[in-house]
Amino acid sequence: MTIDWKNYNPGEFYDELISTPGYARAPARNLTAWLRSLSDEDLQARKLDAELAIIDKGVTFTVYSDGENIDRAWPFDIIPRVMPIREWRNIEAGLKQRLQALNLFIDDLYHEQKIIGDGVIPESLIAESKGFRKECIGINPAHKVWAHICGSDLVRDCDGTVYVLEDNLRVPSGVSYMIENREVTKRILPELFENNTILPVDNYPDKLLEMLVSISPSRRKHPEVAVLTPGIYNSAYFEHAFLARSMGAELVEGADLMVDEDDYVYMKTINGLARVDVIYRRIDDLFLDPEVFLPESALGVPGLMRAWRKGHVALANAPGCGVADDKVVYSYVPDIIRYYLDEDALLPNVPTYRCNEPKEREHVLANLESMVVKPANESGGYGMLVGPQSTAREREEFRRLVSSNPRNYIGQPALRLSTAPTLCDHTVEPRHLDLRPFILQGAETYVTAGGLTRVAMKSGSLVVNSSQGGGSKDTWIVDNEGG
Amino acid sequence: MLSRVARRTYWMARYIERAENTARLVNTYHFLLLDLPRGTHIGWEILPVITGGYALFSEQYQRHDERNTVKFLLADSTNPGSLLNSIAAARENGRTSREVLPGQAWEQINELQLYANARIGDALPRRGRFEFLTEIIQHCQQLTGLLAGTMSHDHAYDFVRIGRNLERADMTTRVVDIGAMSMQNPDDVGGLDVHVWTSMLRALNAYQMYRKDIQLGVHCADVVSYLLQNDYLPRSVAHCLDQIEECIGDLPRHQDTLKPVREARRRVGRIKPEKLDAVSLHTEVDRLQVGISAIHNQIGKTWFA
Repeated sequence: MTIDWKNYNPGEFYDELISTPGYARAPARNLTAWLRSLSDEDLQARKLDAELAIIDKGVTFTVYSDGENIDRAWPFDIIPRVMPIREWRNIEAGLKQRLQALNLFIDDLYHEQKIIGDGVIPESLIAESKGFRKECIGINPAHKVWAHICGSDLVRDCDGTVYVLEDNLRVPSGVSYMIENREVTKRILPELFENNTILPVDNYPDKLLEMLVSISPSRRKHPEVAVLTPGIYNSAYFEHAFLARSMGAELVEGADLMVDEDDYVYMKTINGLARVDVIYRRIDDLFLDPEVFLPESALGVPGLMRAWRKGHVALANAPGCGVADDKVVYSYVPDIIRYYLDEDALLPNVPTYRCNEPKEREHVLANLESMVVKPANESGGYGMLVGPQSTAREREEFRRLVSSNPRNYIGQPALRLSTAPTLCDHTVEPRHLDLRPFILQGAETYVTAGGLTRVAMKSGSLVVNSSQGGGSKDTWIVDNEGG
Repeated sequence: MLSRVARRTYWMARYIERAENTARLVNTYHFLLLDLPRGTHIGWEILPVITGGYALFSEQYQRHDERNTVKFLLADSTNPGSLLNSIAAARENGRTSREVLPGQAWEQINELQLYANARIGDALPRRGRFEFLTEIIQHCQQLTGLLAGTMSHDHAYDFVRIGRNLERADMTTRVVDIGAMSMQNPDDVGGLDVHVWTSMLRALNAYQMYRKDIQLGVHCADVVSYLLQNDYLPRSVAHCLDQIEECIGDLPRHQDTLKPVREARRRVGRIKPEKLDAVSLHTEVDRLQVGISAIHNQIGKTWFA
């Protein structure tokens, strides 16, 4: 049976492709019409092709609990998610604005803390922040940029508004899958690229390298750039290897690096020691340097912080930038943008209630059933309460957690995430999704064209994390009007 | 090239070669023992002695019979040199140096391990042993061929070749040592030698080549010379050392490492097999093994530190 868009009904949710049953949104019309022209057999054959292409290319992600067989094929839905370029340009501008403001904010926090002096942000917020590193006070990274690579999660509510759900400033991952998804789509749906102008995404590694070179402290014409990975057991190892390979950079582990007596960083090669100028590190702050942070860390490099403080090596992202990757700080981002840039935020935040403020805490506790409660410093969907899908017992548990440590929690109204048509066995059904674009800031600021769309493969589910059964889609920013 | 990646490619190649050699050795020995008259002093326990695991073997097993020896050499998880452990170590090293390996090579190593783990039970009784070991040998050779045919012949491949050839040279000295041991009993009935040395040639896949090159019968001195000194036999110690010398010459900072290679090569060249008895042959082999391990240590010092 072929797809009948009249039977596709997203209900109360905003659907990215179909506005009302039977009618596609303008930028998606070529796509939906073409999909309708395929027989069920053809559709299934393309789905199978996609699965084979993913296995062929060895696109995997790692699941910690899976024992020996820890590499799994990347889950992918063949129907792309489409956005018009005009809408995207606004989002792009909003994301650049946001990251530029956040970097000024981080730089201020590690210097004069004017924003606290001026009473925009309470001092206690920073004093109690898990991401603030006193070891970083007074340091001056190039261009005053601390968070060089940011992955912001965007969601769309049922009225069509796109919100920023969170900013991942520590070690955001997923960008390699964005690129691989496009590669797979080009292989299996080549016809579609003839009639649609789709912005390319595969220049990301070039942009990343350009950014990394722009923060190099050395005057060498070709600075040595390395990607520092915790190793093959990390869930994002595929991505670390992918990015290193695409940039022509070395993929190193902590033990491959050393800081010599001159406080420069070197990697151990068969030619002897080779100086490293820029490290794109994919390990957390606390594991970076056992001399400064966790002494038992075997992943890091003793002396790395010393070399960084002396300006002998650039670290991306800079240690300590996680202070802005805190859900309570998040709630202040519109104020932060206004304070540093004297502009209004172009992209709205999801309304956020801070549990350390008594009135807001009361509101959260009184409305647990309709709220999402998140810890301030976790990522990957861990340790949170999704009110509408929670049991009375879980709500009791969170009531206790929030009351005993209010600084560590925020509450947000549960959003009704948008959907997009997704191929499920033999039917096409609406599934909820989000979008993670990647923003780079060095000498210049750059945003990927679209990003990684993550989709909850189970009916009604809002959990898009790949470790918890989520899938992904190619994301198209289309310019069909421009001609 | 990162030192860590160099180390892991080297070890991967060594372990692939070791797995193949172990399979070959057990296979050959299996057939040799079927041919020998009852009551000869040559038994299965020579193999743990030769592969350097005798102390561990004695500790683990009271009876040094066929079943236990084969189990120890192929399947025992406490024996670091067992076939299964060698394959697992090859895979682990391959897994952590994937950025320099062709994607197919990684798939092949995986397949090799899946096959070995699934079918190891067949190799313990005599009936399924030949088929299992032949399959393992083929898998290993496929892998070696795949690397030669698809990997850039750059420094990473130099380390693959060095690892492979050093492991080969080492195994050849051990096989010659088996021959030396079997010569030690003066009461042996005549003709036993021929069986043993033929088997040793087979263990190194060299019997047919030997016949082609030497033609005359299988005699101890000829075989020893062939296995240690022949310039063309891929598994002769001399040939392996020449290969190693060539690869090392390609690598940066190689002066210190060329020395022990050339020293070992000179020592092999000076051996006069026709003048050796069992004891002096064993002594020579011993010295060669010391030389091989000196090369290994110097490689580690120069490039893996």
